[in-house]
Amino acid sequence: MSTLGPKPDEAELQAYVDGQLDDERRGQIELWLGENPDEAAALAHYRAQNQALHDAFEPLLDRPVGERFRDLDRARPRAPHVWQIAAVIALIVGAGGGWAANDYFRAGPNAGLALARDAVLAHRTYEGEKRHAVEVAASEEKHLVAWLSKRLQTPVRAPDLAARGYQLVGGRMLPAESGPAAQFMYENDEGARLTLYVERNRSGGETAFRFAAEGDISAFYWKDGPLAYALIGRTGREQLLGLARATYNQINP
Amino acid sequence: MSRKFDLVEPHIPSLRRYAMVLLRYDEDRSDDLVQDCLVRAMSKWHLWRRPGNLRAWLFTILHNIYVNDVQKAAARPNVIELQEYLPGISVPPEQGDGLALREVAQAVQRLPDEQKQILLLIGLEGFSYEEAAQIAGIPVGTVMSRLSRGRRKLRDMLANGDETNARKVT
Repeated sequence: MSTLGPKPDEAELQAYVDGQLDDERRGQIELWLGENPDEAAALAHYRAQNQALHDAFEPLLDRPVGERFRDLDRARPRAPHVWQIAAVIALIVGAGGGWAANDYFRAGPNAGLALARDAVLAHRTYEGEKRHAVEVAASEEKHLVAWLSKRLQTPVRAPDLAARGYQLVGGRMLPAESGPAAQFMYENDEGARLTLYVERNRSGGETAFRFAAEGDISAFYWKDGPLAYALIGRTGREQLLGLARATYNQINP
Repeated sequence: MSRKFDLVEPHIPSLRRYAMVLLRYDEDRSDDLVQDCLVRAMSKWHLWRRPGNLRAWLFTILHNIYVNDVQKAAARPNVIELQEYLPGISVPPEQGDGLALREVAQAVQRLPDEQKQILLLIGLEGFSYEEAAQIAGIPVGTVMSRLSRGRRKLRDMLANGDETNARKVT
């Protein structure tokens, strides 16, 4: 039995699967496996797992490297500028300390934080309104959308979120740094309100969904071509993400 | 193009793939993760110990961001079926011992996150045990035990689960 060497331990068996043993030890373990068919079957399965992982996930390598990554070459390091730090501090102080600064710092040069801040302020201002929640009611949706599109100088849409339990209440125009902004308000059967804030995309470009939270108010915000969006509500992150995706998909059919 | 970017670029596809599987095929979040990783790498370039394995270093950065920020910040991400994302995956497997690719892809997502990471780093990305230990910031012994448990669990899921179990997506 001396050619077999010591009985292989679990780590060596794994290393056998991954081809991370030297030739001599591999030969010994092959001999040992000849006498231990259960172990041999397990290891064969593990090898097949590796192969299956490759086969299953190989196509993910073929996605084109988008502009987003090429742009990194020109991207600034993400150490925030002094004024950005000041803005965050002001925000943290001003908003009662609830903002997740971490999300901000992860968000990169075009953070869109001002967008989220404005959208949350607008949400807080109008979500509790009974009589004047909106300027133009959903019954005049066509007019509402046409009016806001005209003022934002680009077509805007009020997504239909009924499938997710939220009906359009209506909308209003708001002042923003970039010019007029739009707010669409939605409500579910329990009276919970969501707002979709839309303004002209100040810095251009597109971003993925970003998340921010202040207390129980959650925000997903993103930029997409000529417009920037923020969806605000007192729902959990998961639910709001679903709504944000639905919104995005309707705006980009 | 800067030299840094030239060096980093060849690794972008596999970083994105790893991020996609970690984040259950959520394209937005996984590209955010990769972007954060690359920006951090390029701004901390001096920390790369040459001549070191650049790919392992990049994976280490990505792993740290994932563990420290992404995982903590987020509740479970939406589960997007690989099937939806990659229609090609439904093609019946011909290779190897013929494990059904779709079942394997789904079962991997049901492993505990720590086991999934190690299994991907070694079984898919081909890192050595030492590299995987460095990337995950754990001792090699822990890598081995996670690897071994992950593989056994995957095998059990595929053996017992077949249809019902393998299709139950958490």
